[in-house]
Amino acid sequence: MSYTKRSDGRKMDELRPIITKVGVVPSADGSAMFAQGDTIAIASVHGPRILNPRHQQDPGRGLIRVHYNMLPFSVSDRIRPGLSRRSQEISKVTEWALTPVVMLDDLPGTVVDVHINIQQANAGTRCAGINAAALALAHAGIPMKEMISAVAIGKIDDKIVADITKEEEDYEEGEGATDIPMTFLSNSEEISLLQLDGKIQLKRLKEALEAGKKACKEINKIQEKALKESI
Amino acid sequence: MKYNITKKTIEKYLDEGKRLDGRKPFDHRDVEVTFNISKHAEGSVGVKIGKTEVFAGIKMATQEPYPDHENEGTMMTTMELLPLSSPDFDYGPPRINAIEMARIIDRGIRESGFIDFHKLCIKEGEKVWNIFIDLVSINDDGNLIDAGALAAILALKVAKMPVYDEETEMVKHGEFTNNSLPLTDKMPITITFNKIGDQVIIDPTKQEEEVAEGRLTVEISKPDKEEIINAMQKGGEATLSVEEVDKMLDEAKKIFKNINELVDKELKAKK
Amino acid sequence: MKRSKNKMTEKEKKETKSEKRQIVIPGEIIAKGDDVLPGDWTIRKDKDIIATRFGVLDKSDRLVKVMPLSGRYIPRRGNVVIGVIEDLTMKGWIVDIEAPYSAFLLLKECPMFIKESEMDSVYNVGDLFVGKIFNVGRGSIDLTTKGRGLGKIKDGIIIKVNPNRVPRIIGKEGSMIKLIKTASDCEITVGQNGLIWIKGEETEDELFAEKAINFVNENTIVEGLTEKVEDWLKKNKKSSKKEEKKE
Repeated sequence: MSYTKRSDGRKMDELRPIITKVGVVPSADGSAMFAQGDTIAIASVHGPRILNPRHQQDPGRGLIRVHYNMLPFSVSDRIRPGLSRRSQEISKVTEWALTPVVMLDDLPGTVVDVHINIQQANAGTRCAGINAAALALAHAGIPMKEMISAVAIGKIDDKIVADITKEEEDYEEGEGATDIPMTFLSNSEEISLLQLDGKIQLKRLKEALEAGKKACKEINKIQEKALKESI
Repeated sequence: MKYNITKKTIEKYLDEGKRLDGRKPFDHRDVEVTFNISKHAEGSVGVKIGKTEVFAGIKMATQEPYPDHENEGTMMTTMELLPLSSPDFDYGPPRINAIEMARIIDRGIRESGFIDFHKLCIKEGEKVWNIFIDLVSINDDGNLIDAGALAAILALKVAKMPVYDEETEMVKHGEFTNNSLPLTDKMPITITFNKIGDQVIIDPTKQEEEVAEGRLTVEISKPDKEEIINAMQKGGEATLSVEEVDKMLDEAKKIFKNINELVDKELKAKK
Repeated sequence: MKRSKNKMTEKEKKETKSEKRQIVIPGEIIAKGDDVLPGDWTIRKDKDIIATRFGVLDKSDRLVKVMPLSGRYIPRRGNVVIGVIEDLTMKGWIVDIEAPYSAFLLLKECPMFIKESEMDSVYNVGDLFVGKIFNVGRGSIDLTTKGRGLGKIKDGIIIKVNPNRVPRIIGKEGSMIKLIKTASDCEITVGQNGLIWIKGEETEDELFAEKAINFVNENTIVEGLTEKVEDWLKKNKKSSKKEEKKE
């Protein structure tokens, strides 16, 4: 039996309902909450400020530093507080995703700290985190060439779907589940994050990328609205 | 950055019974409660005191009991001062303030008898329930400890026991029963006093906290007709006189009543 | 007949301009074509001009720029700022002015003669002062306290606002802040970096000034702000002053 109907009834290219708010951490330079269905991420930004220790500074430009963390109670099986390898990896790929977007050439030796915390998880956490971080960066007044949006595309059995849930991630029948998180920049439509986990035929990857591009366009509109309505 | 004149100014204002945000020394900021901020938790709450915000999440798991308490459940409280919540918090192992806060909150809950640990025994000597109380700061504008303590007890109050499969002897995480945690009416309320110069205030903002030389946290419950102190902690370098402590305890009684009423109101509204 | 028509069109133009305060976000295309020049916080990409900051669009016939709504203070020469001493070095003090970089106050930029050994008695770590930026280089910001209204802050209260709102708080030729100074009876120094120093005779006056500034700060994007502030000041001014007179 092929995956013809999504477990939550959505269309194949339909995103989960999104709720987002800017300015949720008053003491930060910028902040935002981004919820995609049951996945909730909070991001805050501090900076630009001088990077210490000095040897980590880049004399040619300012840097972005990302820390991704899941709150202990965000998942069914409690996560022990502290650094995990998974969160370190996600922090790094998120950093690489955000760096091409921000314009920090005029600020050598400084750092912009991006803190991402997952309040509640139901797959797509790194994507919700990036969507929240993008809002937080804009809210913090960090100069950006364009906005960035993220979505977790999946191949569930043989169907390409947008914004997968945990239930879909765990799907085992047919071709199983393949998880493809990606980001698209709003104007250039370039990809700054791309990961894959599963089994997908080479010829089908383009389909997944196009699905991601379309989904990210939608998400970008929602991000735009959130920023403009925050005033 | 701390400013040198802040302390002087705050003291000057306190001499006139005023605070920089217009409050009086024993005025509490507005409290806002949001239940169920994280659905995978057995219970969760977000508490805002003014601009300060803390999340509390309850998670339950099974483990072996401690040797001297073969038929009692266990509890562990953690407090994470997330760098998200303040430009002054760094990454790394927990700093002393996070450790101290968690331990103070833990003590109050433990000593008050709020949780009936005997009812958390699954198999004497072998398996008991452990309650994880995880607190995280979301925004620091002072008084994270009282916000955290309030969030902890509210989260415990609304938490539901997870499903336990007797056959496999495993917790079915993600499945909840309709049963609350075994709690008593000995609910502890945490109130922290800060001493600035010769004056005492409650519910400090971050600015006030930074210039306070001493503080006293009291945790009070009222099982019968009398208020009982379950835990206390004096922090900071300043000394306190007996009269000062007496005065604080007098105020604590009033504040305890107000916060208790607030808790009742919030729990009723939730239903 | 033609003339009056033109006048009306101009008036209409002005009115619609002030009504439409368009908010833009990074990456948003705000102008097209070669006729318009990219100003502050915009970049040109082929035929498009794109905003690079979250802010209010300022579009005229020849120039388009973005006025940021948020973000840290960007130091500019000539700005009066309020700074706090971070550290002492041989030639002067390192100062935090809430900018991405620290600023520097040289010993010789103080109006009085100071011996190196006495530095900490003039300004020590944590001390606040009003200074002026006289030079901005790549990663360097130079301050002076030589000048009227500059120097150490010894008392009063300091509040922090979004530095992008400072122009509104000051108002056209200082009109807004003047309103508040008069109504509160306080001396108020507004640093371009978002720190504001309020000094009054009574704590009550200082708190009133603080509230008034917060009111302006929360309503900067509102139309007709001056009238709203005048109303607010009238309404909230403590009648205690009237009562005092009665007694």
